[in-house]
Amino acid sequence: MNESRLSEFWQNSLQHRSFVIGLILSFMMLFTGLLSLFWTPFPVELLDIPHKLESASAKHWLGTDHFGRDVFSMLMVGAWNSMLVSVFAIGFGAGIGVPLGALAAAKRGWVEETVMRFNDFAFAFPALLTAVMLSAVYGPGTLNSVLAIGIFNIPVFARITRGSALSVYKREFILAARTAGKGEVRIAVEHILPNIGSVLIVQITIQFALGILAEAGLSYLGLGTQPPMPSWGKMLSEAQTMMFFAPQLAILPGLAIVFTVLGLNLLGDGLRDILDPRLSRVR
Amino acid sequence: MKHIIQKYAKVLLISGSALIFAGSAFAGKTHLTMGMVLEPPHLDPTAGAAAAIDEVVYANVFEGLTRINQNAEVLPALAESWKISADGLTYTFKLRNGVKFHDGSAFDSADVVFSLDRARSEKSTNAQKALFAAIKGVSAQGANTVVVTLKTPTGNFLFNMGWGDAVMVDSSSAASNKSKPVGTGPFTFKRWVKGDRIELGQNANYWGEKPALKSATFKIIPDPAAAVASLMAGDVDAFANFPAPEMAAQFQSDSRFTVKVGSTEGETILSTNNLQKPFDDLRVRQAIAHALNSQEIIDGAMFGFGTPIGTHFAPHHAAYVDLTGTYPHDTEKAKQLLADAGYPNGFKATIKLPPPSYARRGGEIVASQLAKVGIKLEIIPVEWAQWLDQVFKNKDFDLTIVSHTEPMDIGIYTRPKYYFQYRNAGFNAVIADLNVTADPKKRYALMGAAQAILAKDAVNGYLFQLAKLGIWNKNVMGLWENSPVQANDLTGVSWKN
Repeated sequence: MNESRLSEFWQNSLQHRSFVIGLILSFMMLFTGLLSLFWTPFPVELLDIPHKLESASAKHWLGTDHFGRDVFSMLMVGAWNSMLVSVFAIGFGAGIGVPLGALAAAKRGWVEETVMRFNDFAFAFPALLTAVMLSAVYGPGTLNSVLAIGIFNIPVFARITRGSALSVYKREFILAARTAGKGEVRIAVEHILPNIGSVLIVQITIQFALGILAEAGLSYLGLGTQPPMPSWGKMLSEAQTMMFFAPQLAILPGLAIVFTVLGLNLLGDGLRDILDPRLSRVR
Repeated sequence: MKHIIQKYAKVLLISGSALIFAGSAFAGKTHLTMGMVLEPPHLDPTAGAAAAIDEVVYANVFEGLTRINQNAEVLPALAESWKISADGLTYTFKLRNGVKFHDGSAFDSADVVFSLDRARSEKSTNAQKALFAAIKGVSAQGANTVVVTLKTPTGNFLFNMGWGDAVMVDSSSAASNKSKPVGTGPFTFKRWVKGDRIELGQNANYWGEKPALKSATFKIIPDPAAAVASLMAGDVDAFANFPAPEMAAQFQSDSRFTVKVGSTEGETILSTNNLQKPFDDLRVRQAIAHALNSQEIIDGAMFGFGTPIGTHFAPHHAAYVDLTGTYPHDTEKAKQLLADAGYPNGFKATIKLPPPSYARRGGEIVASQLAKVGIKLEIIPVEWAQWLDQVFKNKDFDLTIVSHTEPMDIGIYTRPKYYFQYRNAGFNAVIADLNVTADPKKRYALMGAAQAILAKDAVNGYLFQLAKLGIWNKNVMGLWENSPVQANDLTGVSWKN
């Protein structure tokens, strides 16, 4: 993108309401997560049982949980934890899925068949099932949830890469590149990937939101992040039996998940509209 | 108009009869669904230590010579009466007539001899062999009389014979009791859906008074939130040991339920692998004892239900000695002891936590308390079957938290191969002395001495005595409020009209 196109992109973007809202929400999460690395109002591993189940106050902004831990601090660390798991999982999924999809589109024939049938097979295992299998063998943990969510994402990225790449391979400039003597790898890297980049970016944003949900789900079931590290899903599951007298303990991490996922989805939607001019004209 | 009146009359009639029907269905209710947190590994009480086994089958499916009621009194069961010789060495049991096992075979003196010899034999897999240690010989005199001779007078022999581990089994079905228990009790085993429930049915040929209940289901619900929901929705009628103490107040204020806080024999301890480095060093165990704050664990994990203990003994027992002050909570002292032991910066270890909330939540609190003195614990949650296998059987652990719910189980510390692997000849001598002492006063003194040794040696971290938090439908009558033995005795349970 040259300079004028970049400024045009920003101009278009800032007029797009859901993109702006999504961007703000996502940045808030990113900022909170990063901040938790340097500062939280209270250390999250500090149990202060005499002050358990306190409601919001000047000292504890969102109150304390059943161990007297500061809920606000836990939500901050939880944001970082969710993000970290999701980034690595999506990185893992895209890192394997995209090259596989590109390979399938470039080679066609039996290579494509093999890759895509393998992907269908992997797609049949939801992240939860993979996580249960992994934790049965290696015990529950953060790494397992990264792997489980990552494995689930491989076929997602392989499919979308192959699909988009196939339509690009039909274009004339690919033929031109071939005639010019460029190899398959160079064509894929120099011509295919840049042309499907926008599709991938949108998909990454959406998968990122799903990754956050999946991480919360796995921690809720006790398969993901382990104590004493707080995570949103674990906060939800611990709050369950206290719903009757301390509903805020379930509502707060619930809201954190809702706003994060909402933010990422709006961002993804907005990006798709902006990056895909054909769609924006229809609007 | 007439048409409308007719229509209303019809509606009234239908709803009225529906009400009557509902009422009568309720009055005649003869089924109880009992929730439990842990699933038994199998159903043979004579071959396993897990309390969950007895909690299903004791007094319901299996019976012993004697039985123990909820006040810890010894009552006759399959032995209708007994005579004790003047020297206290010979017990002559007169057996009940006409008792049959669920498979139809008759119960007689040969079964008693078989059951007791099987339990105390070399190859026995009984988890409580100490109960039978005093027995010298068992012999039948005719079909209905059994004579048991003891090596030494044993004060609580009749109580011992009332344990779930001492129930009577039939020689033809003993081997298959683990999956298909056959006893003499008022309930028969119907089926076991693994991971979900165990169903009991009525024993039509029961020798005694038939219980009001005709059938029962033990539903396995490991998740506290699901336990709350199942009670609220009425899917489960009762929880003898409710896993979510934070909800007690809520249930108390709900007129549909009865909430009873009673005592159990459950010493909840931070079990320590005494052979594992660095826990083999007394100073390290003392440091842990100083670092622990029992009251905080009771408040945080049990929402106040529980009593601090300083040794492996139930506080409601007459021989209990309060040793909670042996190693009072003192982080500075704990750090000093660690430094003396060669760990000035603490060390890393693991803690394996079984599913009950006292363990999972208690473990988080213990980890944070030990972190303050430099001991960094990695928390490893394990399922119950894994815990029994890895920790209890194979002793592959540093620390764990579990509640020992057997009554008067201080004797487990004499077993060198028991999972926490404590070895102390002095302690063994005290227990050996206790086993041959009949005089109550001397027994209490010896029990006191034994308690003091364990407290001093800080064998395990002594956290608290588990309270029995029972919550059930207020129309359910006759459930135990205290647990002197591990049991859910359903024989006296009924639905109020």
